[in-house]
Amino acid sequence: MLIFTLRRLTLFFFTLVILSVFAFSLCYLFPGEPIVNLTGRINDNAAQLAALKLQYHFNENVFFQYISYLKHIFSGNFGLAMNNQLPIGPLISKLLPATIELSLVALLIALFIGIPVGFIAAIFHRKPIDNTILILSMIGYSIPVFWLGLIAILIFSIYLGWLPSSGGIGLIYEIKSVTGIQFIDILMSDNPFKWQAFRSATMHIILPATVIAIAPATIFIRLARTAMLEVLDTNYIKSAQAKGLTFFEIIYQHAIRNALMKMILHVGLQFVNLMTFAMITEVIFSWPGIGRWLINSIYQRDYTAIQSGLLVLSTFIFIVHILTDFFYAALNPIARGKRFGSR
Amino acid sequence: MIKIIARLTLLLIPLLFGCDKSSDIALSNKSLVYCSEGSPETFNPQLVTSGTTIDATSKQLYNRLIAFNPKDNSLIPSLAESWHVTQDGKKVTFYLRHDVHFHHTKYFTPTRNLNANDVLFSFNRILDKTNPYHYVSGGKYPFFQNGNFSKLVNHIEKINDYTVRFILNYPDSSFLTNLATDFAVILSAEYADQLAAENQKQLIDIYPIGTGPFKFESYRTGSVIRYYRNNDYWHNDVYLDQLIFDITPRNSSRLTKLLANECDVIAYPIAKNKIRSRADLKIDAITSYNVGYFGFNTQKPPFNNLLVRKAVAHAINIASLVKNVYSDQAVIANTLLPEHSWANDKSIPAIDYSPEKAKAMLALAGYPNGFTMDLWAMPVQRAYNPNALKMAKLIQADLAAINIKVNIVSYEWNTFLRKLALGEHQTFLLGWSADTPDPDNFFTPMLSCSSEKTGNNRTFWCDPQFDNLLKQALQTSNIALRADYYHQALHIIAEQVPLIPIAHAKRFQARNKHIYGQLLYPFGGIDFSHAIKTVGNF
Repeated sequence: MLIFTLRRLTLFFFTLVILSVFAFSLCYLFPGEPIVNLTGRINDNAAQLAALKLQYHFNENVFFQYISYLKHIFSGNFGLAMNNQLPIGPLISKLLPATIELSLVALLIALFIGIPVGFIAAIFHRKPIDNTILILSMIGYSIPVFWLGLIAILIFSIYLGWLPSSGGIGLIYEIKSVTGIQFIDILMSDNPFKWQAFRSATMHIILPATVIAIAPATIFIRLARTAMLEVLDTNYIKSAQAKGLTFFEIIYQHAIRNALMKMILHVGLQFVNLMTFAMITEVIFSWPGIGRWLINSIYQRDYTAIQSGLLVLSTFIFIVHILTDFFYAALNPIARGKRFGSR
Repeated sequence: MIKIIARLTLLLIPLLFGCDKSSDIALSNKSLVYCSEGSPETFNPQLVTSGTTIDATSKQLYNRLIAFNPKDNSLIPSLAESWHVTQDGKKVTFYLRHDVHFHHTKYFTPTRNLNANDVLFSFNRILDKTNPYHYVSGGKYPFFQNGNFSKLVNHIEKINDYTVRFILNYPDSSFLTNLATDFAVILSAEYADQLAAENQKQLIDIYPIGTGPFKFESYRTGSVIRYYRNNDYWHNDVYLDQLIFDITPRNSSRLTKLLANECDVIAYPIAKNKIRSRADLKIDAITSYNVGYFGFNTQKPPFNNLLVRKAVAHAINIASLVKNVYSDQAVIANTLLPEHSWANDKSIPAIDYSPEKAKAMLALAGYPNGFTMDLWAMPVQRAYNPNALKMAKLIQADLAAINIKVNIVSYEWNTFLRKLALGEHQTFLLGWSADTPDPDNFFTPMLSCSSEKTGNNRTFWCDPQFDNLLKQALQTSNIALRADYYHQALHIIAEQVPLIPIAHAKRFQARNKHIYGQLLYPFGGIDFSHAIKTVGNF
């Protein structure tokens, strides 16, 4: 486990170095003055820019510039967004949790749909139910997420009027952002209307989270189906049958638990996949998350925001990856050696 | 595991769908969400002319010394309970109300009511370049600088705590109307002093303090403005607890939010038929102070001939233009002035559409076989003319019926205006949006001899008698007398036809039927102080 951890940490470190070099080089690759691209200070006069250059060591060679850039990043200084001159650091710390929140809820929905349906498909292996589920999951996987989002708005917001189509919470509720995770903020707030706000937030998250969850859910269906089929084929299930246990006892007592174990790694991997869907969906549902902000910044050629946003987002995704690996390796010793050749 | 989940779900259900306490319903019922089309540049209307900023700030946060009567746009008291103009029209005295409170907010606690110092501060900030606040936020006051306000006002005197006198350099009857516009708001001098003491002068236009129906609570740049009710509002009891501007620049997003009941009112709706087809929504329309017109270059033949101008006027089917170009979102203009302007003469009839009459007049003018002319169509979309090119094509077809061949000409917008000012055109399609409801704003910039010289009068029509009427109208403040002068002026236009008024376009908004109360007025920004809401939303 020690060697495994060390290997992962080295990988983590070097990936971060490459990422930051790439992010830093963007300020040279984007059109315009590199120091302005890096800091976002578009309104500064020549004297102020000269002072900035000194501060960022821009009069020295690229290596020192890069080191100074890293220092600023580690002290939380990401520069200003070009389009509204607001500091990017605090902005990201508010936006990223909103995206994580949306993705987590979507993941839960995907799990609650995908796993039971997958098990049902496996139990009725090669029966009409199984085939129907497979066809539906194929269709679900093929639908583009932005199209699904628009259709969902059309049906559930406009025609039926059941659910709101945009934002994270009704605007009439004022919730102070502490953690950035809205549900936690609501529960922590002393707003007299907090249960109303909680309800409003729930209503707002249902539609985007479900739309995001559809594609991962179909993957979970197939994974759960395969896992269950494997378990049902094992000898301990056969011996349970031989002992005369009822079918439901076998499934509930023996099969489900063992099949679930096989799914854990995939759940972590899908979370990263799901973040990508979330970013597209945020635009459609005006969710106040980092994906929508990043895409808007790209439209507005806000180079500073693009640069910092990409760095933070890719670092976060990478951290999730690493954590999933650790978690899985801790649960399953075979993975430590098998997948990374450390034996 | 499954049992735990089932229990949790059961716990959540009452949270989501359970009964509400009455106080909970009240919050949603007393909060109005308005989806506006853009972000305000500032929270001080003195600094801008943009309609978006005016909508967001002026009537919500502030009051003016005097106001417009929504029925006929005459002047009525506001912060000044009465006013007096001397015989020579050069001294205007305002008597202020004693019971007006400024906003009490997190960042400012007023210790006194509104008095003369606040009025002096508000206007000296604009007029006096040595005022410490003049150059805060850039020192540009476009509405007042365009209107030559600083040339007009010599100085302002404080007579006593509740009496203020404006000393003018010359009489100008549009002065009072200018003070009633959305731009001439009254700020708090006490707040300005407090900020100056804290060395934070720039905050005066970012964290606003006024006397209006709502007070500033928060602004998330580019996304949400939140106002609370001003509980001490002097004018009326405001129903709404909260007023929220949800800034939604995309037309389609505003429409979606309206249809999904997330916005109570939206600005500039699209797909109006879809909105009309829904039982729970409705569209408000109000004719704004603008006019779209067809103009002649009266210096160039053949349009120096009055008969030719009249012939063209009779040959154009204006009703069909309004129907097709504005999709019925405008009213036919009989005169330059919108119908509800007090100076409008309703006795002037619409020009009748009659190709026969037109042909006869052309023959009389010496063009029995018609002629060829250029028609310049503006290249951009404006409220007063949403599609000038389409209009030009319709006119082309109309005029072909009386043997006039029309070449449609268009340039890029700035070139277009420059070439128009040089008088290179024969006829043109253009329009005018008024800055103030004062009728003079329609006449002097568009048709006076002085603007003929600057090239703003693109008809190059200069009638001394007409000009004289405009001048006389400005020198008196007697409304009946002024209206009479303007009636005469309108008659001269109808006789001389330097231009053919086509339409007054309307301003639109859509709202949920649960919102009651008038929000839009013919002139100026939206006003939520009388809005009432009966059902909540998400």
